Amino acid sequence: MTAVPSAAAPRARPIPEVRTGRPPRRGGVPRSAVVVLFMFPAALLLGAIVVYPAVASVARSLYDKNGNTFVGADNYRTLFGTSDILVAIRNNAIWVIVFPFLVTFLGLVFAVLTERIRWATAFKTVVFMPMAISLFATGVIWRIVYETDPHRGVINSAVGTVVDVIHPPGLYALPNIKPISGVSGAADGSMVSAQTVQPGGTVRLGLTGIPLSAVPPAAQDARAAATVATAISGLVWRDFSPGGHVGTIDPGEKGLPGLHLNLVGADDKTVATTTSGNDGAFRFDGAAAGTYHVALDASNFRTAFGGVNWLGTQSLTPTSSLGTTGQALLTIPLVDLAAIMAMLWMWSGFAMVVIGAGLAALNREVLEAARMDGASELQTFRYITFPLLRPVLIVVFITMIINVLKIFDIILALVPDSAQQQANVIALEMWRIGFGGSPDYGLGSALAVFLFVLVVPVIFVNIRRIRG
Amino acid sequence: MQTRDQRRALGVLTTAAVLTLSACGSSSTSSSSPAGGGTPQAIGGNVSVWAVWSGTEQKDFQAVLADFNTKTGVTGQFQSKGDQLPTVLGTAIAGGAPPDVAILPQPGLLHDLVKKNALKPIDSVVGDILTSQYAPVWKNLATDSGKTYGVYFKTANKSTVWYNVKSFTDAGITKPPATFDQLLTDMSTLQQSGVTPFAMCGGSGWTLTDWFENVYLRVAGVDKYNQLAAHTIPWTDPTVTTTFQTLSKIFGTDANMVGGKAGAVSTPFPDCVSQAFGSTPKAAMLYEADFVAGVIPTVNSGLAAGTGFNFFPFPSINGSPAAVSAGGDVAVMLKDTPQSEALMKYLASPDAGSIWAHLGGFTSPNKQVNQSVYPDDISRAAAKALVDAGNNAVFDMSDQAPAAFGGTAGSGEWADLQNWVRNTSDIAGTEAKLEADAVAAYGH
Repeated sequence: MTAVPSAAAPRARPIPEVRTGRPPRRGGVPRSAVVVLFMFPAALLLGAIVVYPAVASVARSLYDKNGNTFVGADNYRTLFGTSDILVAIRNNAIWVIVFPFLVTFLGLVFAVLTERIRWATAFKTVVFMPMAISLFATGVIWRIVYETDPHRGVINSAVGTVVDVIHPPGLYALPNIKPISGVSGAADGSMVSAQTVQPGGTVRLGLTGIPLSAVPPAAQDARAAATVATAISGLVWRDFSPGGHVGTIDPGEKGLPGLHLNLVGADDKTVATTTSGNDGAFRFDGAAAGTYHVALDASNFRTAFGGVNWLGTQSLTPTSSLGTTGQALLTIPLVDLAAIMAMLWMWSGFAMVVIGAGLAALNREVLEAARMDGASELQTFRYITFPLLRPVLIVVFITMIINVLKIFDIILALVPDSAQQQANVIALEMWRIGFGGSPDYGLGSALAVFLFVLVVPVIFVNIRRIRG
Repeated sequence: MQTRDQRRALGVLTTAAVLTLSACGSSSTSSSSPAGGGTPQAIGGNVSVWAVWSGTEQKDFQAVLADFNTKTGVTGQFQSKGDQLPTVLGTAIAGGAPPDVAILPQPGLLHDLVKKNALKPIDSVVGDILTSQYAPVWKNLATDSGKTYGVYFKTANKSTVWYNVKSFTDAGITKPPATFDQLLTDMSTLQQSGVTPFAMCGGSGWTLTDWFENVYLRVAGVDKYNQLAAHTIPWTDPTVTTTFQTLSKIFGTDANMVGGKAGAVSTPFPDCVSQAFGSTPKAAMLYEADFVAGVIPTVNSGLAAGTGFNFFPFPSINGSPAAVSAGGDVAVMLKDTPQSEALMKYLASPDAGSIWAHLGGFTSPNKQVNQSVYPDDISRAAAKALVDAGNNAVFDMSDQAPAAFGGTAGSGEWADLQNWVRNTSDIAGTEAKLEADAVAAYGH
């Protein structure tokens, strides 16, 4: 290609025409023929693999599913009238608005920081490393990172460690534990005896929904509490056995040890506390005359942190009152942000390296001059570094916009099936419609053309900038 | 798509390696008589067969072909095409070089190929075998414009509820429920014993379509079922509403399912199998097709069939008769050579079914396959239920639907049912969305 003279190459101008200008005719072959000859292979390839498919896609998008009937703009009308596709377009919009900004910002922060710290190379290597991983693998990795089960997902594990320290789970941290006889549940998670009791009386608190495996091994068979004249005594037990009856202590039913019980007076104040024994028996000694309730403290049943469903569809914006189209357009599902985080992990290293290269090429004298003139570090950054870096930042920004418009594989790999409808993006929807089980090439092509139209202005701006 | 997932679940989906069966046995003397006689005759020659099967399934099918070779002298040349079979087959037909026989994983594909004039009718080839030895559903599914084009050879019983025997014993349930009301009572008993009744695999949308279909079949009956499958009645039909109301009795309460609604819709198959049958089971029951029997040993080798886990037929609703929703692979003939005709006739016969049934992981729809050939009680019971259902056997509805509606993750019926599980009270909204998606996919 170097043999083809390029008028657009600025460096060619000062050099005499002898080297790059019009070559003398050789053997009577006209110059235009040489141009055509040299351009032919590239033109053929580009035509066959870029121009033809693009034109064919545009044409195909005007035909129906089978390609027999010309339908005009019908596919494009379907495109903007189908809520699933609107969701995909909305998600692409969220990506384009959020991601390029965040990744450029992070890249800038990392690039500036690495100029100032020791072990900068090590830091850069670590941040850049995810770039060596394919997007699909990134999706798979983050799918595991985001696992809801705190035993599997590292994020929920970290959150759970903190939450369980602040709110330690109870001895009977069972999601389905229920009061069944002589006791009823209260709003705060505690359970209160159904009947009042006076000193000398007994209460029986029957619970169910407790697997045998969750009963402490020290537990003994439950037995009815003996009456003690000055005390309130009682029993708390697992009121379930195969073929047993609710409310009766059937053979083999175990007492529930270790439960924290409160004696609650008529004024709702706790006057005494105790803990149930291995046979489930408990006793409040020396209670003053009066009527009381016995309560099982809520802390007994507090469940461990169950994990946040980061890849779930819960909306971050309140849209439940809107209609279908409104919801499709204005919902921001949590899974979108989770996916954006995974993408940031991957691309911030790239942004850092590009911006870092720009930083290294800055004219140090200008920075020195600013500092000499008394500008603070922040002012130097704001008024000197940032404006000088702007071309680089814009390159990163625009590259990322293009990157995100065609986003596809990370959604496919990261997002569970049950949330893919809500996390859908244009490229993924195009693939589903065009290459799914019952392919519709017409609508698929229309989506492809739509995506192309979205990318074109960005590419145009980028080319203009590169030309300078 | 179920068929694809079940194969993955069975752990036999390896690579789509193309393996050709090496010639086994020398071809016997050629015979010019057609293959329409009462007993298979030695005719010799070759027949090429394409299917999605690989791994164990491929090996088992080759055992069937070996028996075919012994009986007829015809060498079956099997090629595994994996999940790409529909694409590969379409290309081969367009290129004019189709195989003699193909075994298709979706009933819709058969009708697509009929429209392309790629299939040969088999009415005269198999005679009355399909009417005398099979339930009507299998012949009807393979019939297009009055002609029969396929033999359903390998089927799956999708009306099986699997349960952890120990969980049932611990709760004092001695007899698995036969009716839906009894199921609800048993669920409450299981809860009291401390075990969550169901593990749900709603993260895989196809399991929810199977749930819906089993309840719908019992609520609305076979005729309505087939109408909804063909989308000649809308998804807003009152029977659909009743079905969702019935399903709500299970899906509407968080405590009925591991992880509640959120857990039910985010747990994919086969993670739910571990929930019900792992070393520390969190649930007592799991509904999915008969292939679950093959998955349980992979998550917990200590659980024995029969004593550790077992199944009961999907319970009857309001006195509905025993009914089975089934899936299946259908053999079709693309070239009418004597060899391929002999193979179609053989695949329809009880002989072929018996061989694979004995090897396991296979249910034959042929009534004359002797139940004693099945390798264990569970597969025998599943096969018996399928055959006994007779006229009340139907084919998986979502597998009959266009893939855009019944077979795509994140869209169509799969996503609509997942969204319904998230919000079970919104039956009307779910029906409207299902109807809109069905109209878009069916085109009517």
